[in-house]
Amino acid sequence: MPAFLREHSFNPLRELNDYQDEHLRPGNYGASTNFIGTMRDFNIDVKIKQMTLEHYPAMTQKFLDQLCQRTISRWSLLDCLIIHRFGEIKPGDPIVLAATWSAHREESFAACRYLMEELKAHAPFWKKELTSDGSRWVHEAPTE
Amino acid sequence: MSIEVKFFASLCETLGMTTATIDAGAAITIHDAWIIATNNTDYPANTLCAINMEYAHPDDTIRDGDEVAFFPPVTGG
Repeated sequence: MPAFLREHSFNPLRELNDYQDEHLRPGNYGASTNFIGTMRDFNIDVKIKQMTLEHYPAMTQKFLDQLCQRTISRWSLLDCLIIHRFGEIKPGDPIVLAATWSAHREESFAACRYLMEELKAHAPFWKKELTSDGSRWVHEAPTE
Repeated sequence: MSIEVKFFASLCETLGMTTATIDAGAAITIHDAWIIATNNTDYPANTLCAINMEYAHPDDTIRDGDEVAFFPPVTGG
């Protein structure tokens, strides 16, 4: 049930497959769910060239570790995984991967949703967008 | 007692600092730490705070050696 913070771009599907091959036993899980968040090149009607994702490193790691533990316990998951970027991010780059494994789909779906909603609401990250007019902090988390 | 105070994101730019170390003779709250570290700057209404990397309330008391952090609403994911 690890949570990883990455400074450089990552391939979420490769990470997912590698983790699953290494940590999950085929036949043990009946459901796996994953969410991949990627950077858009627009925010409402403004073109975004690049984004910097700042965070509070020690608190972020602690928060995500506790979130994984809490989520596994609440839904009796077999495992879960979070990978989250920080630093400079380009449009199209993956920002976050959240994945869950469970015996049945209901728990896996609900737990993956919970991971993302809790992460977006409380994990100490802050987005700063670069537009043609300069940089600006994002003040509210988008709804999608 | 010595307290390390950290500021993140837009607060860094508004205040012009990322960290501060403050000395207090007696037990103080997080809000007190803000006042001391920022030289009486008003506490922004939407500012969040933490003690030792856990969310906290401005009225919570700080202990010697604690790390206090202030930051705006989060926007990760």
